[in-house]
Amino acid sequence: MRGITKAFGGVQALRGVDLEVRAGEVHCVLGQNGAGKSTLIKTLAGAHQPDSGEIIWDGEAISIPNPPAALALGIATMYQELDVVDGLTVAENIFLGHERAVGGVIRRGSSAHEARLLLERLGHREISPNREVGTLSAAHKQIVSLARALSRNARLIIMDEPSAVLDSEEVKKLFTVINELTSEGIAVIYISHRLEEIRQIGDRITVIKDGATTASGLSAADTPTVELIRLMTGRTVEYVFPPRQKLAADAPTVLEVENLALRGVFSNVTFAVHAGEIVGLAGLVGSGRSEILETIYGARKSTAGSVSIGGKRLRPGSVREAVNAGAGLAPEERKSQGLLLEEPIFRNVTLASFGRMARLGMLNEGRERRATDEQIRATDLRPADPDRLTGTLSGGNQQKIMLARWLVHGTSVLLLDEPTRGVDVGARADIYALIRRLADNGAAIVVVSSEIPEVLGLSDRVLVIADGQVVREAPAAELDEHAVLDLVMKGNAA
Amino acid sequence: MSETNKVIPEFLGTSLTPPTPPVTRESASTQPSALRRFLSGSAGRNLGLVIALALLALVGVLTAGDRFANFDNFLTIVRFASIIGVISLGMTFVITAGGIDLSVGSVMGLATVVASLAAVQMTARGAEPFGWLLMVVIALAVGAGAGLINGLVIAYGRVVPFMATLAMLVAARGAAELISDRRTLIVDVRGFLGFFRGDWLGVPTLIWIFLVVAILAWFLLARTTFGRRTVALGGNFEASRLAGINVKRHTVALYVLAGTAAGIAAVMMMGRTTSGTSTHGTLYELDAIAAVVVGGTLLVGGRGTIVGTVFGVLIFATLTNVFTQNNLSTSVQAVTKGVIIVVAVLLQQRFAARGSRQT
Repeated sequence: MRGITKAFGGVQALRGVDLEVRAGEVHCVLGQNGAGKSTLIKTLAGAHQPDSGEIIWDGEAISIPNPPAALALGIATMYQELDVVDGLTVAENIFLGHERAVGGVIRRGSSAHEARLLLERLGHREISPNREVGTLSAAHKQIVSLARALSRNARLIIMDEPSAVLDSEEVKKLFTVINELTSEGIAVIYISHRLEEIRQIGDRITVIKDGATTASGLSAADTPTVELIRLMTGRTVEYVFPPRQKLAADAPTVLEVENLALRGVFSNVTFAVHAGEIVGLAGLVGSGRSEILETIYGARKSTAGSVSIGGKRLRPGSVREAVNAGAGLAPEERKSQGLLLEEPIFRNVTLASFGRMARLGMLNEGRERRATDEQIRATDLRPADPDRLTGTLSGGNQQKIMLARWLVHGTSVLLLDEPTRGVDVGARADIYALIRRLADNGAAIVVVSSEIPEVLGLSDRVLVIADGQVVREAPAAELDEHAVLDLVMKGNAA
Repeated sequence: MSETNKVIPEFLGTSLTPPTPPVTRESASTQPSALRRFLSGSAGRNLGLVIALALLALVGVLTAGDRFANFDNFLTIVRFASIIGVISLGMTFVITAGGIDLSVGSVMGLATVVASLAAVQMTARGAEPFGWLLMVVIALAVGAGAGLINGLVIAYGRVVPFMATLAMLVAARGAAELISDRRTLIVDVRGFLGFFRGDWLGVPTLIWIFLVVAILAWFLLARTTFGRRTVALGGNFEASRLAGINVKRHTVALYVLAGTAAGIAAVMMMGRTTSGTSTHGTLYELDAIAAVVVGGTLLVGGRGTIVGTVFGVLIFATLTNVFTQNNLSTSVQAVTKGVIIVVAVLLQQRFAARGSRQT
C-alpha cells in the first residue's frame, strides 16, 4: 500500500500510509489508538475506500471496492470487535458468506466436518461445530473468527488485537497457529498493543502515527522499546507508574468484602480497601477477577458473603445501593457497558451525577459543561471539546471520560476493570496518574488487569486470583512479575 | 458413536481397569445438562407452545364440548389460520433478519383488488380456462412488487424498515381504494373458485397451501444459505457485511419474500371470500407480528423459528374459535390476545436467560 489517504467528514484519518507486507511474514502494525490502524485495515478489507493512494497486490495495482472483493483476492480479516453471529452455530459462522452448499441448500455434514478439521488445526477440538456461538466464551469466539479466516484460504490474514480477549495459554496456541500459517507462505498483519507479543511473534514492524507511516521495515526482535514508543508518540515516554503514597495510619476502611462467593465462579473472597489505597486483582481471563468486581458492584448477585461500604452492608445484587453508598464501576467493555457513544462528552461525564446538575428535574446544561470543562483540564482529555461525540474518541480518551464521571460524582469506591485495555502506551501513563490522584483524594480503588506489570506497578496491595480463589495477598512491592505469573498459572492448572 | 469406539481401546491399552466407570461418570454428568439443553433448545421452546395450545384446546373441550372437539371444527380452525399463517411465515424471515414489515396487510388488500379487477375484465373477454392462473400470477406480482419497493427503499434509500413499510401500508391501502373505487369486486371465475374453495383428501385447499408454504419456509430458513444469512443479518449486521454477504441485495430479497407471501395470502383470501376489496387484510400485519413473536422469533432479529410461527398462528386461531364457540365478544378476545402476547414474551425471555446462563 502506498500513500493511502482517507478522510471521514472533516477528520483526516489517514494522510499517507505506506505498508509493505511480504509473503510468509508476520508484519506488526504499531500505533496509538486513533493513529489510523483500524481505518487502514478496513481499507485493505474493502470496508472503506481510500481517497487516494494505491494498493499493489502481487505486483499489480488493484482496487478493493467491497468486502467480497478482498476475500476473493485472499485477504481475510479478524476484527477487534468480535465479528461472529451469536444465533448461528460454530460451523455456520465459519462458513458465513461462503457456505458449503449445493444450489443454495447447505450441506450440513460436510460443513461440520470441515469446521471440525479447521478447529483441530487451531488446537481447539473441544469446540463442537454444532454449538451455538452465543454460548461460547470470548476467547472461543475469537477462535471461530480465526477459523473463518482460514476457511477462506486467505493468503493474507489481518488480525486486529487478537490477543485482547485471550489468556496467555491461548495466546501461545495462537502463536503456534500463526507460525504454521507463515510457514505455508501466508502473510499475517498483526496488530497489538502488547510489545512483548510483537517481539515474540513479529518479523517486521510498521509504525503509524497520526495517520501516516513514521517507520517501516523495523526488525521486531531488535528495535529497542524506547525507540518504538518514540516513533509512536513522537516523544520519549517511560512506561512509568506514579509513586505510591504512604498510607496514613488512621486511613479508614472503606470497602470490606467478606467471604464473598458466586456459585461456580469464585468463593471465599475476603479483603478490605482503605481510603487512599489501590488494591489490584491479578489473574487470568476466566479466573473470576472481573466477576468479583461485578459482584461487589451488585451487577451480579452473590451467593454467599457480604460487601460493606463505609461500614454499611449492601444488599446483594443491588447496583443502586452500591452506587448510593459511593461505588463506581468502569467496566471492561467500555463501549457496550460504560459509555453513550452517540452522546457528547459532557453528557457522559455527568451521567452519574444528574441529581446534582439538575434543579427540579431540569438539567442545568451550563453547570454540566462547567463540570466537564474542569474534568477535561484535570484529565488532559483530547479533544478538549465537551460537545464532541464520545464515539469518535480514542480508547484512552474514552477511559478518561469514565474516570472523569466518577471524579465528578465524588465516588468513594472505584472499581476498574482492565482500565488500559485498548489504550495505547502513551495514554496509559496519564491514566495511571489519574487513578493514583483519585486514590490520593481519598477513594478506595480496586483494579483488575490481566497485565501483571500493570497490577504490580499501579497497586499498593495485590490479590492474586486463580480459579476463583485468592491464592496470595501481599503488598505490591513484595511481589515480582514471575512470582505472580507462577501463582496464576499454578492455580489454573490445579 | 465412532468417537466412543475410539476411546475404549486406548483406555484398555493403558490400564486394566474395566472401561465402565468413566462411561457411567460421563453419562451422569452429561444427562442433566442434556435435559436442560433440550428444554432451552428449540424443541423445549416449542414444547411450551405445544402446552399452550393443548391448554387452549382443553378449555375449548370443557366449555364447548363436542361443538369444539370434532374434525370439522379442527379444519375450521386451521383454515381460519391459513391466510394469516402464510403472511406470518413471510414476516418470520423479515423479523429474523432484524426488520419489520407493516405493509403486508394492505399489500394483500391491494393484490386482491388488482387481481379481481383483472378477473372481471377476463370474464368480459371470455378467457375462462386459463385465465384464473393469470389472476394468481397478478396477485403474486403485486405482492412481490410492493415488497421490492419496500426492500429498495430500505436497503438503498437507508430508510428504517418501520417507516418505509408504514408508508407502504398507507399508500397501498390508498391505491387499493383508488383502483376499486371503494367498491367490493366480486370474483366470479369458476376455475379459480373451484380450485381454491375445493378440497383434496377431505382437507380444504387453503390448508394445503398453508402446509406447503410452511414446509418450504422451514426448509428455506433452516437448510439454505439464504436462511442462514437471514439469521446472520439479524444477529450481527456488520459481521454479515464483512463476511462478504451482499447485505443490500439480501435485504431486498427478504421484503420481496414477505410481499410475495402477502400475494399468496391475497389469492387465498379471494378464494375464501370470493371478493376483492381494499379493506381485506386490515390489521393483519399486527396479527402476523404477534404470531411470529409468540412463536419464539426474536423481534430484534438473530433467531427465527418457522415451527414456532405455525404454532403462534394456530394458538391465536384456536383462541378465536374457542371464544366464538362460547359467544364471547371480539373485545374480550382482543384483551385475552394482549395478555397472551405479553405472557409469551415474558416466558421467552426466561428461556433465553436460562439458555445463556447454562454455559
